[in-house]
Amino acid sequence: MKSTQQLERQLKRRSKAAKLEIWGRMVSLTALLLIVAVVVGIIGFVASKGIATFTSNHVNLWDFLSGKNWNPGITDAHGKPEVGALPMIVGSFLITILSALVATPFAIGTAVFMNEISPNKGAKILQPVTELLVGIPSVVYGFIGLSVVVPTTRALFGGSGFGILSGTCVLFVMILPTVTSMSADALRAVPRYYREASLALGATQWQTIYKVVLRAATPGLMTAVVFGMARAFGEALAVQMVIGNAALMPNSLVSPSSTLTSVLTTGIGNTVMGSLQNNALWSLALVLLLMSLVFNLIIRLIGRKGRLQ
Amino acid sequence: MFVNNDVMNATTKEERHVIQLNDPEHPVILSTEGLHVYYGKKEALFEGDLQFASNQITALIGPSGSGKSTYLRSLNRMNDRIATVTGKIMYRGVDINQPDIDVYEMRRRVGMVFQRPNPFAKSIYDNIAFALRLRGVTDRHQLDEIVETSLKQAALWDQVKDDLNKSALALSGGQAQRLCIARAIAIKPDILLLDEPASALDPVSTGQLEDTLLSLKAHYTIIIVTHNMQQAARISEYTAFFNQGRVLEYDTTSHIFTNPSVQVTSDYVSGNFG
Repeated sequence: MKSTQQLERQLKRRSKAAKLEIWGRMVSLTALLLIVAVVVGIIGFVASKGIATFTSNHVNLWDFLSGKNWNPGITDAHGKPEVGALPMIVGSFLITILSALVATPFAIGTAVFMNEISPNKGAKILQPVTELLVGIPSVVYGFIGLSVVVPTTRALFGGSGFGILSGTCVLFVMILPTVTSMSADALRAVPRYYREASLALGATQWQTIYKVVLRAATPGLMTAVVFGMARAFGEALAVQMVIGNAALMPNSLVSPSSTLTSVLTTGIGNTVMGSLQNNALWSLALVLLLMSLVFNLIIRLIGRKGRLQ
Repeated sequence: MFVNNDVMNATTKEERHVIQLNDPEHPVILSTEGLHVYYGKKEALFEGDLQFASNQITALIGPSGSGKSTYLRSLNRMNDRIATVTGKIMYRGVDINQPDIDVYEMRRRVGMVFQRPNPFAKSIYDNIAFALRLRGVTDRHQLDEIVETSLKQAALWDQVKDDLNKSALALSGGQAQRLCIARAIAIKPDILLLDEPASALDPVSTGQLEDTLLSLKAHYTIIIVTHNMQQAARISEYTAFFNQGRVLEYDTTSHIFTNPSVQVTSDYVSGNFG
């Protein structure tokens, strides 16, 4: 009887292990809550500031999205402020889609080479080079764009050289390593036995790559491209340095134009908090934020579809 | 241990025992001469010279790491990129281990099925049509016909004939493995190599797979690596016993399992090691 009580006491006593368990949970829970608070805070702040344009300055949402004139300090003939964001929205999408279109074939080609055709050289040379490219600060890309790409564009196509084309060239190099390394991951995730099965059926290596490996990796490759697009869409500094920063509808690929991010970086220091000029910029930031949520959603959807297959 | 020592002393066993085939009804279709396999500098197979009779099942048995899978994978040059294979692999009088052999054409004649069922993430139909399409067969009727006969030969037709367009990944393990066999025989190979095809399957599926193999014998020469000695005894005509990178004994299956000539074989088949 006595020994039973003793055993119970021993078992119910909080051991060191049990205390450590609680401590561990507390630490990870705190970290999680902090991150959630930061994310919610950012979204809430950007949303409240971004919506102010429409609530306190009474700008029509449709005018904002479809207007072609961006000049928040000035009112037009009807007494409405000129806050048409369409040139920037078009600029951002154009530059994102073009750079993704150019980068995708190169990225997948490189990934195929370093993963399928020459894994040894791929691991030794290409992998470190790709990682190095990811680490180069965007101002360096922008500076090279400014001193090399812009003059070249000017010489080849005339005009000032600033514009969507130069932006696309710079972004192409910037997103290439991201898309390449994620594509390589996607290819690496294709089980080895798919390749073996195909080779054993008499398929050549190239047939195996494009009929089996790329097919099986498609969701991963699409995710890689969307990630690259998200990066291109959100890139500010390098684009701002080569795009010309004129809030005009781009009428050609070599005419100066602007993106959501470039207008934000050039304008945010020159406005007073709470003014329409400032609020309008926050609205652009809100559009950016919503777009990055959309990109995230697309990546999620692709991932889910890939798992279901 | 005492008993074993007694047996060792009582019987005079050979060191190595490999027969030459001489069966006019089942002539030798594939043989290896002086085959050595190296992974880097490490030699994985020292002595692996065997002959295979056409339209018969030959089982390769032996403990893990004995070189039997290495040997099998060398036969249709699946080891090309990961190992160095020297020696001759004679297929109908041609050495297919020469560098100028078109391995893709050769693998059409020497097919392979792997340990783990590995259907592609495509429909059942497309899995079987895969190798045919690679070879430019596009005629729908011809494809339909070959898909049907291949599935029938692999004893899978009745279970999947209404689901040909469904994903092959939804099949059970046993069905998936028979799909892989159907996929391999769709291009009508001469020889079918199987690398432990039943090791991932339950006993019922294994039994069905064995029946399938027995019925396929009429059309194909089958070489199968197996860890399951009962399986080797049930389905094969000839058995080769591999140990530590060499073929220690090769003879008819009944000889290997009832009265092996080599002591190590005897120990292995009676379950004393391995």
